Amino acid sequence: MNVTLDGETVVKLQPVFGYLHRNHEKIAEGNSWLAAVPYTDRLDYICPLTNNWAYTLAVETLAGLEVPERAEYIRIITAELTRLQNHVAFMGFILADMGAWGSALMYAFREREKILDLFEALTGARMMCNYMRFGGCRCDLPSGWLESAGQLVEGFPAFLDEMEALLTGNEILLARLQGVAPLTPERAINGGLSGPILRAAGVDYDIRKVDNYGLYSRFKFRVPRGRVGDCYDRFMIRVLEARESVEILKQALVGIPDGPVVNPKAKQRGFRPPAGEAYGRIEGPKGELGFYLISDGSDRPYRFRVRPPSLINLTLLEELCLGTKIADVMVILGSIDIVLGEVDR
Amino acid sequence: MELLERAPVELKNAFLRVLGSLGVPEGMLAILSAVLIIGTVIGVFLGLFALMSVMERKILARVQNRYGPNRAGPFGLFQPVADGIKMLTKEDLVPRAADKVVHFLAPVVMMVPALLVLAILPYGRDMVPVELESGILFFFAVGAGTEVAIFMAGWASNNKYSVLGAMRAIAQMISYEIPLVISAVTAAMIAGSLSPSVIVAAQGGFAAGFLPHWFVTTPWGFTAALLFYIGALAESNRSPFDLPEGESELVAGHLTEYSGFKYATFFMAEYIGMFAICGMFVTLFLGGWQAPLPFLTVVPSWIWFFGKVCFVAFTMVWVRATLPRLRVDHLLAFAWKFLLPMSFAAFLSAACWHYAGRGPAAWFLSLVVVGIPYLVLGLSFTSRFSVSRRTYLFSE
Repeated sequence: MNVTLDGETVVKLQPVFGYLHRNHEKIAEGNSWLAAVPYTDRLDYICPLTNNWAYTLAVETLAGLEVPERAEYIRIITAELTRLQNHVAFMGFILADMGAWGSALMYAFREREKILDLFEALTGARMMCNYMRFGGCRCDLPSGWLESAGQLVEGFPAFLDEMEALLTGNEILLARLQGVAPLTPERAINGGLSGPILRAAGVDYDIRKVDNYGLYSRFKFRVPRGRVGDCYDRFMIRVLEARESVEILKQALVGIPDGPVVNPKAKQRGFRPPAGEAYGRIEGPKGELGFYLISDGSDRPYRFRVRPPSLINLTLLEELCLGTKIADVMVILGSIDIVLGEVDR
Repeated sequence: MELLERAPVELKNAFLRVLGSLGVPEGMLAILSAVLIIGTVIGVFLGLFALMSVMERKILARVQNRYGPNRAGPFGLFQPVADGIKMLTKEDLVPRAADKVVHFLAPVVMMVPALLVLAILPYGRDMVPVELESGILFFFAVGAGTEVAIFMAGWASNNKYSVLGAMRAIAQMISYEIPLVISAVTAAMIAGSLSPSVIVAAQGGFAAGFLPHWFVTTPWGFTAALLFYIGALAESNRSPFDLPEGESELVAGHLTEYSGFKYATFFMAEYIGMFAICGMFVTLFLGGWQAPLPFLTVVPSWIWFFGKVCFVAFTMVWVRATLPRLRVDHLLAFAWKFLLPMSFAAFLSAACWHYAGRGPAAWFLSLVVVGIPYLVLGLSFTSRFSVSRRTYLFSE
């Protein structure tokens, strides 16, 4: 970021990105359809499983593949766990941006570690999961996984309460977050924002509700919305969303049916979807994560394009930061919640 | 126990007697006595600094459920030694564009006041290195020298982060110096002296046989102590007032261009300054070397003093582990709009307490004088930041 300051006030700000560019889209176009799945892990490396899902969803839309019910449940469970750990990590990160010396961050990571342990038990990797496949998931849940996930979900509201007791009433935190960089619903929509930032600005738009992808229509959950759209709302929306995720998880862990975890008709290696194009999108923890794919009928994508929420949410950064203090820039950047792996791809 | 109480002084006297019997001249002995005292005080505080640098990391780690340093020596206690060796052997970088003389002098200028102010603290019964009538005045006058050092460091580094950090430091330290001094004056006013020993002596004895007469137990004293504590946090640049080196936006503030032993000197001076101001806090409000309960008076007074200093330092680490950093405009608003009026209120309250006879009526009066401004200022201050809980909409 190039920041021009007048005293401590920001008068000009220019984000400079591209330092983490890894040529994700072009590499995916040169490889088989399946080979792109592990690359999607590395987009938003905090939440690999939602990235997997968005890509497989796009491919399934392209090829018209059905997903077995059990696989859909597993996808929802892993996606909501991903959302939980992303939001928890967000709470820690934004406090670290405010200079809270890592206490909140360490508490958050203690909880995140438990979720990562679940991911490791399921997929073999804590962060680079590479778990979802076209028409389902790579493997079934290991025995006892649902029980340990249930225990985690049971204990999670207590942790959120603990975090809130530490954070949400703190005067310094309120003074640092409230009234900082408010965003109107119109501006948020015009900026193309999505995810918690958009909802913090008061727009009721959650792709889980809008698209009803997966089996989300079966679950009862609420979508929180803010009224002011400042950093404090962005912070609180994530806390509330985490609580809703817990509700979804409670329902999903009870209701998960037996059955195959991958569509037996789906071919993974040498997969050739029919020629055409498709856009698959999900409500990722950071916003609308979409994959736009064009197939020419061959064994590799003709065009592979990612719509990364981090990048598009970042485009309003300068507007949000102008006129604020330099210390606020860190908090605003933190409240947007970006992952550079996804910004630069 | 009586022996232990006098141990540091007796040890010095015995040593000097031995030297005297060996034929060392009288004048020489006086100088040696002073050198011994200075050496002991500096040695003790350097030891405390070493201990604190490792304990701070360990306490922080425990708060954050980590282990902290535990490799060097038993429980990681030799960590300061390892740190010292690392610092000494590191390359001493001086930026090409820096003002080299000022850049070199800044850590020295930082260190001198930090050590000088140690001279006037009463470490125990009859244990004051320099018995100064205007000790409190000396403490704050000399202590203000650190501000010059920080600005020297920031300016001489010729680095944007350094200058920004130094500007913040100056703004912060000047703003917080005023409530700090005024709240210190309340204690001096009640004790009727600027001498630290007299202030400590005024806090001796126990009410109802167990309640110590420490100033912190009175309404004005409690307020002044809190104000002084906040001011002390800001003066020693500690979290949540660590803006000058706010690492999320300013790299390391005025310390950005310092490395090697110059950095270590800064670090050391900051910690010793912190201990000094904790010592002043203990002297002014926590009864100095006085024991907290009558039957504990058998424990040597200097143990009480250093115990209390360590406790106050511990609370500072605790605060650091808990709170996020303030923003610079909030910081200044807090100093000028809340701390300063409150310190005047404490000042007034102390006067009321004194003239109302220091009895139950005085208690009530001084409580009112402190309480009303607190409520008024507190409410007006917090409402500006709209602390009210917000509500959120939910759509099904």
